[in-house]
Amino acid sequence: MIMTYLEAIADAIRVEMRTDKSVFMIGEDIGAYGGAFKLTKGFLDEFGPQRIIDAPISESAIIGAAIGAALNGMRPIAEMQFMDFVTNGFNQLVTVAGTTAYRWSIPVPMVVRGPSGGGVGANPFHSRNSEAWFVHATGLKVVCPAFPDDAKGLMAASIRDNDPVVFFEHKGLYRKIKGEVPEGEYIVPLGKARTVREGKHCSVIAYGSAVHMALEAAAMLEKEGIDVEIVDIRTLVPFDEDSVLASVRKTGRAVVAHEAVMTAGFGGEIAARIADKAFQWLDAPVKRVAAFDSPTPFAPTLEKAVLPNAEVLAHTIRRVCSF
Amino acid sequence: MTKSKASVCTPDQQRELLRFMLMAREFDTAMLRLYRQGKAFGGVYSQLGNEAVSVGSAYALDRRNDVLFPMHRNIGGHFVFGQSLDQLMLNHLARNGSQMRGTDGTGHYADPALRIYGNVSHLGAMIPVAAGFSLADKLRGITTVSMTYIGDGGAQVGEVHEALNFASVHKLPLILIIENNQYAYSTPNSMEFACENLSDRAIGYGMHGVTIDGTDVELVYATCVEAVDRARRGDGPTLIETRTMRMRGHAEHDDFAYVPKELLEQWAKKDPVETYIALLDKRKVMSRDEATVLREQILADMIAAIDRALEQPWPNAEEGLKNVFMSEQVGG
Ligand SMILES: Cc1ncc(C[n+]2csc(CCOP(=O)(O)OP(=O)(O)O)c2C)c(N)n1
Ligand SMILES: [Mg+2]
Repeated sequence: MIMTYLEAIADAIRVEMRTDKSVFMIGEDIGAYGGAFKLTKGFLDEFGPQRIIDAPISESAIIGAAIGAALNGMRPIAEMQFMDFVTNGFNQLVTVAGTTAYRWSIPVPMVVRGPSGGGVGANPFHSRNSEAWFVHATGLKVVCPAFPDDAKGLMAASIRDNDPVVFFEHKGLYRKIKGEVPEGEYIVPLGKARTVREGKHCSVIAYGSAVHMALEAAAMLEKEGIDVEIVDIRTLVPFDEDSVLASVRKTGRAVVAHEAVMTAGFGGEIAARIADKAFQWLDAPVKRVAAFDSPTPFAPTLEKAVLPNAEVLAHTIRRVCSF
Repeated sequence: MTKSKASVCTPDQQRELLRFMLMAREFDTAMLRLYRQGKAFGGVYSQLGNEAVSVGSAYALDRRNDVLFPMHRNIGGHFVFGQSLDQLMLNHLARNGSQMRGTDGTGHYADPALRIYGNVSHLGAMIPVAAGFSLADKLRGITTVSMTYIGDGGAQVGEVHEALNFASVHKLPLILIIENNQYAYSTPNSMEFACENLSDRAIGYGMHGVTIDGTDVELVYATCVEAVDRARRGDGPTLIETRTMRMRGHAEHDDFAYVPKELLEQWAKKDPVETYIALLDKRKVMSRDEATVLREQILADMIAAIDRALEQPWPNAEEGLKNVFMSEQVGG
């Protein structure tokens, strides 16, 4: 069935909630209103107020209550109205959720999810890509889907996972990206990259919105005779290092791309692993394409200047291929 | 502050309350000795002066069905909930066989079978979690009372506000005890908050709140029984402020020179353990001599548990390099 990225995520949650009574949702305005992006539209009617819980504007309480419920055998899904507001619940995720398996060997099967990302003229506080923070936290799984089918399968896998998962949905993809999505139960395991495009000259390692950027860049470069391979890592934790290295060993060149800011971004980690484990195969230095190290600005001209785009990525790939 | 009247407890209960308080007291004294001998490391947080709060409150719960989220001065509650001396010593001394495999220490462990979920160091962080634990059972149509604690300093953390409001909105069976022991590390009450009673905050959350003398174990118990009843009736959370004095430094490294001597002398007269021993003697529930015998027995058990723990090696180093995720573990 053709679904938008947003519909696919909603579909995953709906399917999991129908089959598993321990799954419930908690968040701001997710009930009768259906959520700020209408992702939970109709959920209250189907599942009732016991399982679609409208919470006060208290991100610590929302995430904390989800952790407590998870410790007590439930599988909560906590919505951040915008992923930016996870900062207000950061302590709960990092200090409590991320340390529990290590310290207690007790599962905390929960998902914290919400819209992240920029490019939609939303201001510095509704545009952030904060996935790298949670990678650095330890003990949290981090998921950043790019396509509707992956969004569905990874959401279902995240709900079923026994570790806390931070699930970054890109709000710019919500309605823009449509695709064929399997109906009913559908799982994409965490920790498996997807080769989105096969190519022989350069590997682009990306996730989230940057995968679409890479597809655009690859189409541009095809006309110039540059054949780009695109590896969508899909999940940052667990990280499918093997697939990334295999692609780089094949093409001999790598550009790492993400929408989040450059410095200490996950791209740096990917580049380091490639340098460490595929050095002999490299014909050029590993390059990164990412946002300028600033908050995401409001005015379209500024935002465009700060965020990476397909032209910049294509240019970088050209340079790597002509090194 | 209200004063306790005739006993609300049977003679057996009174003897049991004293036993738990003595265990808490002797545990602290033992940890202090171990710290001075260089055998206990990290922070050693005494609950001297807080025994009546941790014992009296946990004693009001149904330990088979309710759940305890203790904090750093609540060792008494661990005993009430049936934790063994051996396990506590292994945890505190980070020896092989500790529940947390050496990954963390003190009372931070969780023992789901005993319905104890320890804290993290970040003050206030476990209060929303305790609320969520009760929420899960509420969704299943079960009432599980969660009891947890915070200090007069920790009560100023934002998560406390969020958790109390959330618990009240959802009428969760949560009991939060604010242990006002006059100091937060070196900071006195006057620099931590500006209201008269910390329990006055309850009204702002639409919940019941009360401030009591935290040196009176039966008063703590009776107040908590009321709170438990309220929670079971579906009337939501309760905020209880207990007034005590932190009789030692923040932790054993701290000489607490900033605390006026007179204040300590004044509170020493209200020592919760000594006053209860005197009360039970007066009531002819347990003589002073019997109390001394009981205390010596507890001390002997304590020393034996320490010896057994110290015989254990440190955890294997590789324990530190695994199990960050449940997916690596059995049952994950
Ligand atoms: C969020 C946070 N900030 C700072 C600390 C460091 N710290 C540990 S205990 C403590 C004082 C706590 O005082 P109080 O809450 O009154 O509890 P008490 O130790 O007096 O029982 C401080 C500042 C901490 N553990 N957590
Ligand atoms: Mg204090």
